[in-house]
Amino acid sequence: MTTFPLLAVLLPFMAAFAGLLLSRWPHPRPAGRRANARAAWLAVLPTAASAVLAAWLAWDPGFAFLAGETTSPTGQTYGTVTTGAIPISLTLQADALSGLLGVLVTLVALAVQVYSVGYLEDDPRYPSYSAFISLFTSAMLLVVYAGDLLVLYVGWEIMGLCSYLLIGHWWEDRGNSRAAVKAFLVTRLGDVGFLFGIFVLGQAAGSFRIADVLAKVPEMSTATAVTATMLLLAGVAGKSAQVPLHTWLPDAMAGPTPISALIHAATMVAAGIFIVARLFDVFRAAPPTLDVLAVVAALGMLGAALAALAQDDLKRVLAYSTVSQLAYMAGGLAAGSDTSAIFHLLTHGAFKALLFLCAGAVIHHVGSNLMTQMGGLRRELPVTFVTMTVGFAALMGLPPASGFFSKDSILAAMDDALATGTLTDAAALLLYGCALATVAVTGAYAARAWLRTFFGEARAVALPEPEPGTAHVVDVTEAPRTMLVPVILLAVPALLLGFAGGLHVDLGVAAISVVLALLGAGVVYAFWRIDPVADPARLLGPLRVPCEQAFYADRGYAALFVRPVLALARLVVRTDDVVVDGAVRGSGRSARGLSGVLRLAQNGNVQLYVSGILAGVLLIAVGAVMFA
Amino acid sequence: MMGWVPVGLLAVPLLGALALVLAPQALRPALRTYGLVLSGVTLALATLLVGTFDYGQAARQQFEVDIPWIPGLGLRFHLGVDGISLPLIALTALLTFLCFVYLSWGSARAPGQLMSARPRALVFTLLVLEVGMIGTFLALDLLLFFVFFEIVLIPMYFLIGIWGGEGRRAASIKFILYTLLGSVVMLLGLLLIWAQAGTLDIEALSAAHGSGMARSVQILAFVAIGIGLAVKTPMWPLHTWLPDAHTEAPTVGSVLLAGVLLKMGTYGFARIAIPILPEGAVAVAPWLGAFAVVGIVYGALACLAQRDLKRMIAYSSVGHMGFVLLGFATLTPAGINGALFANVAHGLITGLLFFLAGAVKERYHTADMPSLGGGMLATLPRLGSVLTYASIASLGLPGLAGFWGEMLALYGAYQPANGLPRGLFLAYMVIGGLGAVLTAAYFLVMLSRVTHGRPQRTVDLPTGAADDRLVRETPDLPSGAADDRLVRETPDERPVVSAKETTAVLEPPAADDIRTYELLAWTPLVALILLFGLWPGLLLSLTTPAVQTLLGALS
Repeated sequence: MTTFPLLAVLLPFMAAFAGLLLSRWPHPRPAGRRANARAAWLAVLPTAASAVLAAWLAWDPGFAFLAGETTSPTGQTYGTVTTGAIPISLTLQADALSGLLGVLVTLVALAVQVYSVGYLEDDPRYPSYSAFISLFTSAMLLVVYAGDLLVLYVGWEIMGLCSYLLIGHWWEDRGNSRAAVKAFLVTRLGDVGFLFGIFVLGQAAGSFRIADVLAKVPEMSTATAVTATMLLLAGVAGKSAQVPLHTWLPDAMAGPTPISALIHAATMVAAGIFIVARLFDVFRAAPPTLDVLAVVAALGMLGAALAALAQDDLKRVLAYSTVSQLAYMAGGLAAGSDTSAIFHLLTHGAFKALLFLCAGAVIHHVGSNLMTQMGGLRRELPVTFVTMTVGFAALMGLPPASGFFSKDSILAAMDDALATGTLTDAAALLLYGCALATVAVTGAYAARAWLRTFFGEARAVALPEPEPGTAHVVDVTEAPRTMLVPVILLAVPALLLGFAGGLHVDLGVAAISVVLALLGAGVVYAFWRIDPVADPARLLGPLRVPCEQAFYADRGYAALFVRPVLALARLVVRTDDVVVDGAVRGSGRSARGLSGVLRLAQNGNVQLYVSGILAGVLLIAVGAVMFA
Repeated sequence: MMGWVPVGLLAVPLLGALALVLAPQALRPALRTYGLVLSGVTLALATLLVGTFDYGQAARQQFEVDIPWIPGLGLRFHLGVDGISLPLIALTALLTFLCFVYLSWGSARAPGQLMSARPRALVFTLLVLEVGMIGTFLALDLLLFFVFFEIVLIPMYFLIGIWGGEGRRAASIKFILYTLLGSVVMLLGLLLIWAQAGTLDIEALSAAHGSGMARSVQILAFVAIGIGLAVKTPMWPLHTWLPDAHTEAPTVGSVLLAGVLLKMGTYGFARIAIPILPEGAVAVAPWLGAFAVVGIVYGALACLAQRDLKRMIAYSSVGHMGFVLLGFATLTPAGINGALFANVAHGLITGLLFFLAGAVKERYHTADMPSLGGGMLATLPRLGSVLTYASIASLGLPGLAGFWGEMLALYGAYQPANGLPRGLFLAYMVIGGLGAVLTAAYFLVMLSRVTHGRPQRTVDLPTGAADDRLVRETPDLPSGAADDRLVRETPDERPVVSAKETTAVLEPPAADDIRTYELLAWTPLVALILLFGLWPGLLLSLTTPAVQTLLGALS
């Protein structure tokens, strides 16, 4: 059993290589259904095996982490890599926390793999697509099971690559390609800070092993802990799409919808929250970092929720909702409760994967991402309607869906933070206030998306020839079975996972949050009833355009960073040619110029040479006579 | 006992080159196999070296040969292998062999392959080049090192000047003058060491760790040697020969230039400058670090605005070598380990990248990215995939070879050696980290421009443009390598091939994607990049003891 973490990581890793190299072998071309079928088996079976291993690993501890208990990790060290300084130990292990996350990752990945078989049935690039999902799963499992910070970093960065490859799956469209590049670059910017944070921790603890680092926390100075955690926070903000590095996530919608489900629910964005929970003792030793985290989370959750309210693209609504929900988790962490944050991470993983897969089914059916072209779909897509309703209920935090319980535990933790003072008062107040406001806005945008998709008049006009970047149109009433089965299976945990946390409901907080969510939903419903065709987002009034543009963050970054860097790059090229190389060429020219002067003497005139010699002799003779 | 192996590594390519001069007629029909076999034997010897090396004593010089060479001057023919030089020797033998595979497999008549222009001279040049490259890594005598260091220049000059692109003359002259000038400064530094320490033996000098040399002398000698090595590395701002040389060099020239020649500069720091002149190293290290990080950012920015694929990869070398120099500048075991790792990784990755750039240039007849028109993943899916792989390895993704060296260099800068200003090196670390982001940026932008998007028909070049190598005048070759008129008069299908290729951009036949000889030459590189990325301990366990020994008094 100690080898299970390694096996769980290796199986999808091998599957990725097999899928890339073997699906088309021995006939490289033409790729067709046979290659896709083989690739599908190569993708689904190892992921399923990993899921079994992960479940086995999580069986003993169960939900112990949510109850605040710790268990001894299962796993082993497979040798060390000498570096000349602190060695890297190749440890893979599963404790209560990683056990839970491992199950979430493998199950969502499995659902996405099965769903993709139907979703990308005729895509000629399905083999590479499914192989990249396998690699993605493997990288996230490496993050989850790593016992050493640098091993964790390897998985952390490979996820960035996979997101790049998968977001850019339909690379014919330049826009998708740009979105992929943006996702990689923004997260990598954060990752550099993350790597430096690892350096600080490793140097302070004398080891990169997570267990050693946590054991040394009491001996670290506050300055060290603050430096390390602030640097780590840069990586967390990048991966978990927190302000100010959140801008890549909405653009990541350019990828196929199952990829969005994978990125938003199980991998990538979960990694940032996970690492804070993993190293939570270090964060607890650095109160200023928690304050920063609280402010970032507060701004992020409300801003993203408002942005979600104004989007017309269904997937972008869900994307901003992810930013907002992740900020909830970050807020829970800042309030000092890693268990509630992880609890919400689990339930969010279930209901957000469900929402995205349902959205995929809707988009598959309509042939467009835009909600203006949807409506009245509850009759045509009854199964999707029911499951997506469960997802939206969980997102709004309505009982008994899972999101209700986890959101309640986060809000209760924030309430406690206000009372006990783990955060500075201002930060705690801001955090709690924004969280409550966000509950209302969440209710509003979830209701808006639900109403505009499934109710009202059918406006859908299937596009004749969809662009790459949207799914192909199929004229069946419901999606194929490979797409429906994962959706139905995911609806179960999205509805019931909340009971796993042990039902510690804070009744006062719960009542406030449900009332606020219903209030938000009610306002939207009222606006929708007035005119079902018009967008209820008009209730935002003059704020609507800034919200739709996500408060101009992208434009600001383009003006502040992208364009100056490009201008600097052009300047460097010019400087390199004119100044640096100019000096080289100049020295070459001046050498030739000097030799030109010397050449004047070498004109081949013998008389001149002889006169020169005579003059020289004369000079020497005169000199000899004078100084003798 | 096993001292014949390093001698054999030098003798096989050298005797092979001589035989080409002595018996040209006999060897002409078998030229393709000839080069392949000789470099293969050299690679086999290098493999033997790797196999029989005593890994328990990686810090010690093994396979030593030490015989008097010019007794009057105290010069000795002293060769040896330790944990620092072993990977580089293996890399050199491998890359040369792969170059021959690339050149000679199949009928070898495709453009860019051996038989397309002056094959005998090309085999001769590459064999002499291999002697110089391997000799540099084997030499344990300062002057012997210098001799091999210089031998390399001549064949590389001809390689660029004869088989290069349009502007090859200017590029080759710039290359040789620039590097010769650097070498002269380095020679002065070596002679200064000789004058002060009284010996040229690298082993003895390293063991002494600079004792017997005043601090000022050490600084002076370090600066002089450092400038010579920095030109070769190349360090900003002494890099401008590199983009020109790379852009004009033929594919194999670029591969060997980036894969091995640049490593000779950085190897000199690890073998000579730092162990022999430790006090000088401490004094100069902050400056070295500063130039290194400027190079990282400058190289990355220059790449971001580049239009030409080959030129971009050349500038990326400036940035990557900046990481190597930063690692050396930290004077810590971790930093120098990182530098040596990055050295080997860069050789593999950039070697592969230049192979790919060459392949792109042969198919599209240009390396200008806007003219390539994008969509390579649709037109040439395999080539596009390998290009993506190599670019991602080069931008330093963990799990591939490019990461570990950069990471360790940055880690070394986080905690530099005692006596170095820590605050300054922390700033270097941050700048280096931002440089890593910029590196990712330009590679991804390049991939986006070249491999993504809808393919467009590329501009049809006049058929003669692709063909100029056949009819143009070639400069004179070194003595003995007679003109291969036979080959120039051989009917060549290249106009036909090029016409087929340019029209095939929209609907390429499968054969136009990666060809067999390319696959054979690239697969080992792809596999090694993955291997070293997943198991960096393979290389680090080899270099660590040697690095700890060379730092001696410093660590």
